[in-house]
Amino acid sequence: MALIDAVLNKVFLLIWLGVVAFSAQAQKFALSEGDITFFSEAALENIKAENKSITSVFDASTGEIAFAVPNNQFQFEKKLMQQHFNEKYMESEKYPRSTFSGKLYGFDPSYSGQQQVKAVGKMFIHGVTQSVEIPGVIEVGSQGIVVKSTFTIKLADYKIKIPQILWQNIAEQVEVTVNLAYKPL
Amino acid sequence: MKIFSKQLISVIDQSKTQNQKGKIERNSKPDSTINKDTKHERKLSRSILSLIFILTATLLSAQDDLLKELTDEPVESETIATFKGSRVINLQSVETRPKGTLEFIFSHRFGRINEGAYTLWGLDDAYVRLGLEYGITDRLGAGIGRNSVDKSFDAYARYKLLAQHPGKMPVTVTALGTINYRSSPKKGEGIVPVTTRDRISFVGQLLIARKFTPGLSLQVNPLIVHRNTVNQQYENNDDVALGFAGRQKISRSIAFTAEYLIRLTSNENNPPAYERYNAIGFGIDIETGGHVFQLVFTNSLGLIERAVVAETNGNFWDGDIHFGFNITRTFQLSGKK
Repeated sequence: MALIDAVLNKVFLLIWLGVVAFSAQAQKFALSEGDITFFSEAALENIKAENKSITSVFDASTGEIAFAVPNNQFQFEKKLMQQHFNEKYMESEKYPRSTFSGKLYGFDPSYSGQQQVKAVGKMFIHGVTQSVEIPGVIEVGSQGIVVKSTFTIKLADYKIKIPQILWQNIAEQVEVTVNLAYKPL
Repeated sequence: MKIFSKQLISVIDQSKTQNQKGKIERNSKPDSTINKDTKHERKLSRSILSLIFILTATLLSAQDDLLKELTDEPVESETIATFKGSRVINLQSVETRPKGTLEFIFSHRFGRINEGAYTLWGLDDAYVRLGLEYGITDRLGAGIGRNSVDKSFDAYARYKLLAQHPGKMPVTVTALGTINYRSSPKKGEGIVPVTTRDRISFVGQLLIARKFTPGLSLQVNPLIVHRNTVNQQYENNDDVALGFAGRQKISRSIAFTAEYLIRLTSNENNPPAYERYNAIGFGIDIETGGHVFQLVFTNSLGLIERAVVAETNGNFWDGDIHFGFNITRTFQLSGKK
């Protein structure tokens, strides 16, 4: 019995070491350069903003991907618009970040070159979490991995309301473009 | 990784205790074999259960952990939009215009409400200030204006010394200096000859504000007004006052505002022509895109600090109230990347 005990304990320890080792060998990539832009096309005014303060992690072994965007770092051409974006629409003091976390499907890390993938996961904007599927392109190169995606966001899905008086200035849905370049961690 | 190592340690601890227990069991007088086996099975199943539990937890938390790595640090940001406009009601606010932004300010005060129906509760009379303010940098601004009361011209510069920053700076502090020239009475038309020097006055003020919640902002501002020439029998060349102002948003685009100005150097028992009161104001801010509309009720007719501090001759509580508005329109003159 003592022998079995000892063996069992060893086995558990080994399994544990295995789990730890597995997580350590997970192929994580950190963002080296990234930006997220959005474009709103409305009757009176086209609004564009760019954010280079995006942060992201990508785990190539599992396909898991996450990114976070500080809302107050979206740069608008008109400063007043930027203030309204943060104060009235995104409520950046309450919800400082917008995030996405999920998994890339259709990604083969061994294949180099462009691959069409689909990101499935949760988008968090303005205090609202939505399950989303986003199409994208991933390219594995010698320097790292590049992920690109363009998708639309309906403001109403995230409880972002447009005042009646500004409906000609602000579109009901905006086009978001994400460019992420990763390097191995 | 931290979580993993913690889990690992706890498992090692667990296995150690299991070992010790085993030893104790082996050393102690043996129970019946069946009993021993049950104990062992229980121990085994517990270990397996905990293993399964922790494995599941690890897998489940993996995705969130990835996001957690990214959102540990708080987002850095200076507080924005403590007040909507560059004015609260009559008083200036701590706000500076962003770089390259030109703001046109059109302010308007009607006559006194208690004048009654004959003047349509003051609406027959209108006093106007037209003003422009430009953001030289995000923190430095300059403005000019002309008020029909006393046909006064004003020019000012403001600089944001400190900006409220969560965790770093509790308040926003802006310094503001104004020079003022009254062109009334016309040269040669006064009762006594008036020189250019007589027409000039200065105002210096410090504006200290804090945005307590996204909806509530409060401001206190000490100011000093120097008038080169006054009737020294009833007036002071230098007047010191303390202004208080607040804003409470009631919706995304609408806010209530209030302000009160306490004169710290006032002369009592003046004849009616020189009776002065503390300026009081209540208002509603309505914002639509590039415009801010401020509808106000105040006992001050003048729209520049000199007049608001030292020349407010209406008694709010007697109904000497002027309805009015400030309308600002913002233009972005130069793009900023």
